[in-house]
Order: sequence, then structure tokens, then C-alpha cells
Amino acid sequence: MTEPLSPSEIAKQIGEHIPDAVTDSDENAVFVRSEALFDVARFLKQNLDLDYLSAITAVDFLEHFEVVYQLTSIEHNHSVVLKTRCGKDEKMPSVVSLWQGADLQERDIFDLMGIAFSGHPNLKRIFLWDGFKGHPLRKDWSKDGAQD
Amino acid sequence: MALKTEPVMINFGPQHPSTHGVFRMRVTFDGEVIVELEPVFGYLHRGIEKLAEAKTYTQVIPYTDRLDYLASMSNNFAYVLAVEKLAEIEVPERAQYLRVIMAELMRIASHLMAVGAFFNDLGAFFTPFMYMFREREKILDLFEMVCGQRLTYNYMRIGGVSHDIPERFLPALMRFIDEMPGFIEEYDWLLAENEIVLARTKGVGVLPADKAINASISGPMLRASGVKWDIRRADPYSVYDRFDFETPVGLRGDTYDRYWVRIQEMRQSTHIVKQAMQQLPAGEVRSKVPATLRPPKGEAYAHIESPRGELGFYLVSDNSPRPYRFKVRAPSLINLTVLRDLCLGWKLADAIAILGSIDIVLAEVDR
Repeated sequence: MTEPLSPSEIAKQIGEHIPDAVTDSDENAVFVRSEALFDVARFLKQNLDLDYLSAITAVDFLEHFEVVYQLTSIEHNHSVVLKTRCGKDEKMPSVVSLWQGADLQERDIFDLMGIAFSGHPNLKRIFLWDGFKGHPLRKDWSKDGAQD
Repeated sequence: MALKTEPVMINFGPQHPSTHGVFRMRVTFDGEVIVELEPVFGYLHRGIEKLAEAKTYTQVIPYTDRLDYLASMSNNFAYVLAVEKLAEIEVPERAQYLRVIMAELMRIASHLMAVGAFFNDLGAFFTPFMYMFREREKILDLFEMVCGQRLTYNYMRIGGVSHDIPERFLPALMRFIDEMPGFIEEYDWLLAENEIVLARTKGVGVLPADKAINASISGPMLRASGVKWDIRRADPYSVYDRFDFETPVGLRGDTYDRYWVRIQEMRQSTHIVKQAMQQLPAGEVRSKVPATLRPPKGEAYAHIESPRGELGFYLVSDNSPRPYRFKVRAPSLINLTVLRDLCLGWKLADAIAILGSIDIVLAEVDR
């Protein structure tokens, strides 16, 4: 079984190296501030061998977005879930320079959820066409006027 | 006098047989050599993630059939696992075994299609394809027996499967499992050492292991690069921890290895189905689940080893009968991350071989 590493333990380790990055942790995930996300991700990749980015998911919680990073280590078969809250107009740091696998997933989120990733090499719509209005996976999106 | 030359951009697709659907590549050539390649997605985008938010948990199952339509059983499987994790539902033993049998038959059928289409792309026009279809047809007959469908099965339910197997299913399955290793031998005899196949695939589009891991590649493509990572082994779900099977890995990560790994996986799947048949317990095939399922607030991620790689569903519940967020971790899409890097420096015909060896289903790529 892939062993999920204890989020509170991981939060402590991160806190020792990058102060003020972690905001909270629960039984599943470590919550980090969006500005510190890149540093935390790099720390985890280098120190815990989390070399495989399984998935990135964005969820719209009306007042804010939650971006979930599922990280796995193929060598040690353990995993960590990182969560970040991001404001409606906030930009997220891109992790493509750490994991190339983030490339199309971040474009997917940008297209459908409308979260921009700074530092992404090719951030543009992936499924919908240029000129499409809005981002359909947002809860406040309505199809009226969306057709170009 | 120096000849003035310039690179030429060619639009490859979206309507092209070797793209297996509607997929476009903007390829720039210097003479015959590819110097730039940009995949263009979205021609089959139906917004399934958004549609699912307006359906109840049970109503979403047929939508998952329409993601990777060559492996609908696997999609059903991953989705119901995610819902069961979210709502903490127990599944009867017999249903667990039936799911594994269906998922492994699906893997064989999907790999047959992948290998057949791959050889079609290489120019072995339809002969290998028809050999593969001969066996795939038998699997589809088996599926038709259990659920009445041949492509979009909608067989799995939250808490089990829709029907128990009919009486004639097990004898037919037994016959198929006995025949299949012989057929795989036949494919090897026909294809594995064919000189043209070797010339077209050996050393073409090499994906090193570290790069494959960094780019989140999964499934046969990752294993072809020599990474022994199979979710059935690494993070066993359902009853996979009770079976004995091997994880074949490639040596070089080239186009040939990606073909070879799929052939080996068919052998292993046959082996798993055989064991599951012998261990198949009697009993219920579905546990009691409320007609309107309202999972508690929270989220769940379940992933399986689908024929194309790590297929995952991330569900968020707000305690209503409909998923608040329904996200698909689509292996076909993520495996295309490295398409450009694999194709640079090769010629157009090689790019088609490389794309064929990645084995994409556009309905899953675009969702």
C-alpha cells in the first residue's frame, strides 16, 4: 500500500525549514499559503523524494479556490497531499519547473477554473477556444452569453 | 549560390486516421525532420466534469463510460471506488471478484485494440488489427452476456455490480482464458520479430525513466521506460492483493518496449482472471445502498491502474445527492505531456508510430 505520510509530521518538518508556510493540517492534507507553495513543493521533492505528481485538482468553494496537489514517491511508495487556498483573483505559482507533469494539468485548471499560474511556460486555454467567455467549472458560471 | 530554405508548418489532423479520434498536432519541419510540435486539444470536449455536478452519484456512472470508451469497465470501477470511499460503503466479496474479472478482461480488450491500431499506424494495414479483433470480439460477447452492452457497459454500481453473471458466463470465460495464451503466442510469432516492425520501432521515441516519472507518465508507457510502478501492486485496491502476477517492465523505453509491455500485460491479465475465477465466492453482488445517496461532507480520491495508466477520480461532497466537484485524472491527457519531446528530431512517420504507442483515447483526453 502507498503509505500516506502523517500531515502533522510533514507540517512540522516544513515549518522547521520554511517558517510561516503551513497554515494548518488535518488527517488528509497539509495546508500551505499559496505564496509559499513553490518553496514547500521544492522542499518536499528534494527531501522526501516526492518525485511523482499524481494529480492537481482545483475546487471552487465560492469565496476561494482550493488547489490540491497529490504527491507520490515511487522509490519509497509514500504520498503527501498538499492543499492551498487561493483568492478569486490571485495567481498561483506554477510547479512545472519541478514536475513537467504539471504542464497540461495547470492548463486544464486555467481553462476550466480560471486560475492563472505564474511561471507556466505556455499558459493558454487547452480545451475551449480562445475568446470563450468565462470558466465553466466555476460555480458562478452561467452558459448565457458564453457562446461566442 | 546558397539555396534559401525555411521551416514548413503542417497541420496534422484533427481529422486523421492515425490520431484515433479528433486530435491535432501543429508540426514544424526542417526538410523531413520535426523541429517543433504542438498538440492541440479540445475537439471532443463535452464538459463531463461540469455535467456530473448536475447528476446524482448513480447517474454519473454512465457518463464515466464515455470517457475512455475502450475501457468503460475500468472507468466505472474507478468511479464507484471513489464514491464508496467517500460514503464508506462496503462491497460484497463476490462483487469485488466480478469487478476484477471485468477490469482485467477490459485490459486485454483495450490492449488488443491499442496494439492493433498501433500496427495499423505503422502501415501493417488491417491484418494485425483483424487478428486482435478476433479475440476482442469474444471479450465483448462476454460483456454482453453480463450487462447487455458491448461498448458502454454501465455495469458497476455503488456498492457492487448491476447483475450477477449468468450461468453460461463461466464456461465461456473458461474457454476464452484457455485459448488466449495461444493467441498471444500467435501475435508474437506474427509481429514481435518482424524485421520491418523492429526497424520502425527499436530506438524510436526513447523516454528515459527519470523523465517519465517527472512528467507524471503512468501505465504501460511508464513501465516501458523501466519503472516498476503498477497501482495494482503499489497501492492495491479491491482484492488485487490476493492475486499472483508480475509487472513486466521495458529496458529502453522506446516505441518497441511500449508495444512489448502491452503484450506481456495481456498474459498477466489472463493469469489474474484465471485466479479470480477459481477463488470466486458465492453470495450477494450488491450491498444495500440508499436510493438517494448523500455522502458526508468531505472529499475522496480513488485511483486504479486502467489500461492507459493511473485513472483517478477526485470527488468533493457537500452532503447533497450530487457531487460538488467531480474531477477525472485522465491518464491519456497526462501521457501526452511528453509527446513533443519524444517526437523532436524524428520524421513524420515516426511521430505517428510514437503517438500510436502512447495509446490515447480522445474522449478521455478532452473529456
